[in-house]
Amino acid sequence: MRGSAQAGLRGLGELLVSAGVVVLLFLAYQLVWTNLAAHRAADRAAATLRESWARPGTSSGSNPTALRTRPGTGFAFLHIPRLGRRFDVPVIEGVGLPELSRGVGHYPDTALPGAIGNFAVAGHRATNGEPFAYLDQVHQGDLVVAETKAGWYTYVVDRTRIVTPTSTWVLDPVPGKPAATPSSALLTLTTCNPRWASYERLIVFGHLTGTRARADGPPASLGAGAGA
Amino acid sequence: MIYPWVWRHLPGPWPVRVLLALAIALAVVLLLFTTVFPWAEQSLPFLKVTVDQQ
Repeated sequence: MRGSAQAGLRGLGELLVSAGVVVLLFLAYQLVWTNLAAHRAADRAAATLRESWARPGTSSGSNPTALRTRPGTGFAFLHIPRLGRRFDVPVIEGVGLPELSRGVGHYPDTALPGAIGNFAVAGHRATNGEPFAYLDQVHQGDLVVAETKAGWYTYVVDRTRIVTPTSTWVLDPVPGKPAATPSSALLTLTTCNPRWASYERLIVFGHLTGTRARADGPPASLGAGAGA
Repeated sequence: MIYPWVWRHLPGPWPVRVLLALAIALAVVLLLFTTVFPWAEQSLPFLKVTVDQQ
């Protein structure tokens, strides 16, 4: 009797230790592995995009409407100097998990960089590359530069908001005015809030202040060496 | 108790058993990282970064 009770306890102990090891492995997966995998994937997406730009083809000048996007494919880079001098993350068409684990995702049916309307982008804030981990440190007046094959589109941040997860109005061509016809180029960035709970969304709004053709080089706000 | 049972059923002398045990452990970790954890991750909130009609 004592023997079987002892065996049962040992079996329980074995189970609990095994469960503990699995939990620790899951932590390692979330906090280290997903970021390593996402950074590798983003590097690959960035290299593919830069190679496609380097190939000779028809130049579209700085006309933003000439840009074509394909679901799941990178078409731009986002630079946010406030998040680091070297912060440049590929923008992938689509906001599903496969897209968001390779960079940041462009909401389909929202405007393209530099175009009239709302250029809306989502990014992870915790795990899986977490490009927007410190988006809460971006404030009014900070710059967000979208780089495409055509050129550089500099947006300035107007305001940040915390909203509910269903607040799709932030994606409107004129946020909050679904019926309005847009007359200017706007920017919306979305990520989760609070960082490790995500029952809200952190939104950054901005508007276009400057456009440069690719041939003119990166804007001064990015410093030397950008776009390489 | 699973681990002693597995140890008893591994064939060969002890160095072979150690290698086999390590291989099994590695296979389990791989299964967790490639299948179980990506599935479990989706029920955590960290991946929810978009606004949508839910």
